[in-house]
This record gives sequence, C-alpha cells and structure tokens, in this order.
Amino acid sequence: MTTGSLATLPPLAQGGDFFRERTGTSCVEENGFFCFQWAADNIDSYVTPTLEQLYLVVLSVAAGFVIALALAVLSHRRRWLVPPLTGFTGVLYTIPSLAFIFLLIPITGFGTLTAVIPLTAYTLQIIYRNIVAGLANVPAASKDAGRGMGMTDRQLLWRVEIPLAVPEIVAGLRIATVSTVAIATFAFFAGAGGLGEPLYSDIEFKTNVIISGGLAILMAIAFDALLVVAGRFASPWRKVRPV
Amino acid sequence: MSSAPPNAGPSRAPDGGAAGSLARIASARRRGGSDLGTIAPVEQASAPKSDAGVALEVEFRSATKRYAGTDSPALEALTLDVPAGEICVFVGPSGSGKTTAMRMVNRMVEITEGDIVVGDRSVRDRAPAELRREIGYVIQQIGLFPHRTIADNIATVPRLLGWDRDRIDARVNELLDVIGLEPELMRRFPSQLSGGQQQRVGVARALAANPGVMLMDEPFGAVDPINREKLQNEFLRLQAELHKTILFVTHDIDEAIKMGDRVAVLRDGGRLAQYATPAELLMAPGDPFVEDFVGADRALKRLALMRVADIDLWNAPLVHIGQSTAEVRAKLEGAEVPYALVIDQERRPIGWLSEADLARETVRARPDTSPDPILELDDVMRDALSDLLQAETRYAPVVDAGGRIAGVLSVEIISEFLTSEDALVEEHSAGERPLEEPAAEK
Repeated sequence: MTTGSLATLPPLAQGGDFFRERTGTSCVEENGFFCFQWAADNIDSYVTPTLEQLYLVVLSVAAGFVIALALAVLSHRRRWLVPPLTGFTGVLYTIPSLAFIFLLIPITGFGTLTAVIPLTAYTLQIIYRNIVAGLANVPAASKDAGRGMGMTDRQLLWRVEIPLAVPEIVAGLRIATVSTVAIATFAFFAGAGGLGEPLYSDIEFKTNVIISGGLAILMAIAFDALLVVAGRFASPWRKVRPV
Repeated sequence: MSSAPPNAGPSRAPDGGAAGSLARIASARRRGGSDLGTIAPVEQASAPKSDAGVALEVEFRSATKRYAGTDSPALEALTLDVPAGEICVFVGPSGSGKTTAMRMVNRMVEITEGDIVVGDRSVRDRAPAELRREIGYVIQQIGLFPHRTIADNIATVPRLLGWDRDRIDARVNELLDVIGLEPELMRRFPSQLSGGQQQRVGVARALAANPGVMLMDEPFGAVDPINREKLQNEFLRLQAELHKTILFVTHDIDEAIKMGDRVAVLRDGGRLAQYATPAELLMAPGDPFVEDFVGADRALKRLALMRVADIDLWNAPLVHIGQSTAEVRAKLEGAEVPYALVIDQERRPIGWLSEADLARETVRARPDTSPDPILELDDVMRDALSDLLQAETRYAPVVDAGGRIAGVLSVEIISEFLTSEDALVEEHSAGERPLEEPAAEK
C-alpha cells in the first residue's frame, strides 16, 4: 500500500489483508460474547499488529518528547514564546485524527510516516505544557542558588531545572502515551498497521473487537506502569521521607 | 575585687575598670569557643589552588543600583571597605538595599554606577559565572537542590570547577566533618534533613571550593530561634578558624550586632546610615535613625556582645562533701555570695547548701538546692542573664570548659555593669549627636 490516492483508501470495516476466518465453533457462528476456542486458535495473528502498534506508539511519543522538549527549552528563557507555542500545539491537538491522516496521504503516501506525524503532533500539546509547567515550578531558591554558585544558563537548565521538572514531565508522558495507544488504532487508515487492522477487519465479530481493544488497553496500562517506574528511577528524591 | 577565699575557683586575672570594658566588648566576639578541637583545619587540608581560600578585601566604590522605571535608586553610591577576613553585616529595614548591595558583589545584580572591587579586581571585569564560583553563596531559603544528595549538593562548585573525583570526595568528607554532620547523611536527600542540618549543608556547599569571600543572605532566617542561636554560635566558631571575608545580610539588629565585626546600617532609598563596629553602633549611634533602629534597649544589647568571662565574677565559699558545717559557717562570714557551693573532687559544682543542710554536722552528698543553672565562661552575657532570670535565682555557678568552677555570676554584677556603662553611653551619644533642630521659622 504505497500509492497516495484517496480512491484506494480501505473502506471502513473492511480489513485489508487480515484474516477473515469466522468459522469453527457455534460460538463463532452465533457471534457469542467471547469465543475462547477461536481466540486460542487465532491469537498468533494479533502478534504482528501488536508489535506494529507498539512501534508506532514508541516512535510517536519519542519524537513528540524530543520536539516538545526542544520547544520548551527554546521558550524557557523567551517567555513570550510560550502562549503562541501552547496555542499552536493546541490547534494541532484539535484536528480530528482521521482527517489528519486523510490530509496527509496525498503528501506522504501510505505508511508509517503518515501515521506517526499526527500521532506525534497530538502528543506535543500535553508534553510541552507539562515540561513548561515543570520548569516553572522549580523552586526559585534552587535556581538562585545554582546561578549564584556560578552555573551558566545551560548548566542550570540541565543540572537543576530539567531534573527537578522530571515528575511533571513524566506525568505528561504518561497521559500522552496512553492517549497515543488509543489513537494509534487509526494508524491502520494510513496503512501503517497496528491493532486497528484486526479491529476494523471485522468490527461485528465481538471476540475480535474484544481482543483487539483489549490488547490496546493492556498496552496502555503496561506503558503507564513502565513510565511510573521509570519516573521513580529518574526522581529518587521524591520517594524519600524525612528520617 | 576583694580578697578571694583560698579555695575559690581558678583566678582569671580580671582587668577591672570601665576603661577596659570597650576593648573587652570588642574582643568578646573574637573569642571563639574553646571546643574548636572538632573543627578540621580546612585551609590547610584542601589542595592549594592559586589564591583560593585567602580572604579578600571587598571594596564598594560609590556602588549604585538603579532599576529601570524607578525614581529612587535601590542602592545609592555605597562606599565602604570590608577588610579581608572580617564579617560585615548589612542591616536595615526592607527596601534599604541591603540584599541588593550584597548581590552586586557576585553580579547577581548588575552595578548601574560605581564599582565593587574584590581583592584588587573589579567585579565588572569578570565573567559572572567565573566570579560566582570564587565567591561562596548562602541564601535564606537555603536553596539546596532537592534532587541531589547532600554530597552532590556540597560538590556543586568543585564540579563546576572541574575538580577530579577523588579531590571532590575528600573535600565533601572534610566539610561534613567541619559542619558536624555524620558521614552517613551524605547519601540522603535534603528533604530528609532537619532545617538546621540543611542550613549547615548550605554553608558547607558555599565553602566547598574554599572561597575567599562569602555572601550570606539571611542565612539563618528560615531556622527556628533556638536553632538559629546555635547555628550562629557554630558559625562564629567556624569563622574564627576560617577567617573568610563575609558579607552578611539580615534585618535583625541583634543578629547584626552578634555576627558582625562591622555593621553597615542601611536606610530607605539604599543609603548608608552608619558603618561601625557593633560596640560603636550601640554606644554612639550616628543619627536618630540608627539610634531608633538599634533600639531603646541598646544598653541591654551590649550584653549580647559580652561573654561571662568578660566580667568580674564573684566567689562563693566552696565546700567539699564531708566537710564540717562549722567550717562552712566560718567561710560564709563576709563572703561575696552568702551561700556555700558544694563541689566534687574535680571541682565541679554539685549544689548549694541550704539552711537545713547547714544544720547538720557535716556537708552531705546531696545538698538541698541544685546548682542549676550552671553557666559557662563562654556563654554570651545576655543568655546568661536570661538563664538567671528564668531560673528565678540570683546566683549561678560559672564553670570553665572542663566543667570546673570558675566563679559565680549574680544579677547584681550585671546590673552594676549596666548602670556604670549607661552613664558613659549617654554622655557619649549626647555629645556626638548632630544638632537637628529645624531652623526657627520666621
């Protein structure tokens, strides 16, 4: 799927080259709430979409983090840049996902890039705002002490301000990651695979919808837990209690 | 002082007389505690590096700070000289520019006009970051980095200066010892320490690269009064060893008098009202503003400048356990202190003999009246007086560093001292005060 024409869009609820088998037990025939036997037989066909989804999320959040951090650093000593940047990332956030993808297809064609661009764009608002808030919340005394002891602006930023903003930054990453996992199911429409592919291949088959959606939810929870742990490692001083 | 009983405490060769008292007041502060043994010789132990650690003179030359959009300057043409190795306290009400003056030294505030010279070099010719690394900096909110361990906090400036790891580790350990913090604490984060401990770490961090000049902006302001007192005393002891040039900002005149070798009183509009030693300030305030700022109780404040050792103590009859009370009674005849003090073999006070005790044949091991409060020669006179008043007692035994009896302090001694000196203060200031009578209106 590399051609860039709107006409070749996969119609909704009509999966691409994903499995179509809906035969087997009576549960499947009757489209029961959850057919364990079918799930056990077909679970392996969800592995690739899950890995694709994982890849999309990691790539998008990582790119979003790098861009948002750059924007935050840029606007840190230029406070007047904060409102326009917040506004700009906010506008990006309001673009409907499907519209964003469909608008990009003529330009970037089908593929991972077309999915990653909107996913990254959506993370910017949350991550940028949290980094800015985190930097703003650094105690004035710590900054004054740092500068007064001879740190340059850059040393102050990387040795004091950003480390102290880690809790807020991680909080932003958690929200951004969880929402990206959800939105990444649309990546299928950009031809980038992901859990959207099995999901939309048969949205009437309950077992399929539950497995596809369930995997996305599990992925979101796993990412969230991972970031909580990573956040604790990155900010060990916050856990300690007075002795 | 009349003839002392043969068994009175070790004599101190007191140089009585009002004439010597000013000099003694001036020297009182310099007498650091006698328990200096715990303080490591910082200067020698740290690796020598150019002129690091040598106290530098700080000179304000018409230093002026004017903020854009304001009519009056925050600091107006401040000219004063802080000699190397001394503590200069900037004191004044808010808006008097005391913090501004201090922060201009390390260019945290840029100088608008005039100049500040630190050790023969104008701060205006220095790169701010480089200048600041050579000047210790302690602020009121302490400003420890919450995300860094105590060791890392202390190592801040040495790291900026690119010291190697071994040298930094050695320095951190040395400083923990200097400020009296157990080495285990060095892996802790600031939030795990008490306010007093955090403040000590703040001082250690400022001392880390052994700067010649230290700036301290209300360093003990965030600490409770009891701990503040303790930290002040500790810091004075430390300074007696280190001899840094220290610019110290406070709004508390008592702290200024206690900490300063010299005190610069600033007033509204950033103008210098008086620059003098604490004793001068108390005895001869330069103008009504200073007089008002120092307070009506300045005679009492002078007690804060003295230590118990600076005054002539009285002697109480000293008796030992098992001594016959008849002998004690004989000693009590005509004694300065009309009570007998029981001491042990090491001459440490055990208690006062009561009438009931004296009714016995011999002095018993547990006299009726406790010797508390026991004062030390190093105690500040004001604290000693407050201890006496608090205990509702007229006499308190004074001991030396070894806990041995050195004499007895009484409320009368202090009151005599105050009344004798008060006359001097009044004469002095009345003569020097500028005439401020407005010209008669016609």
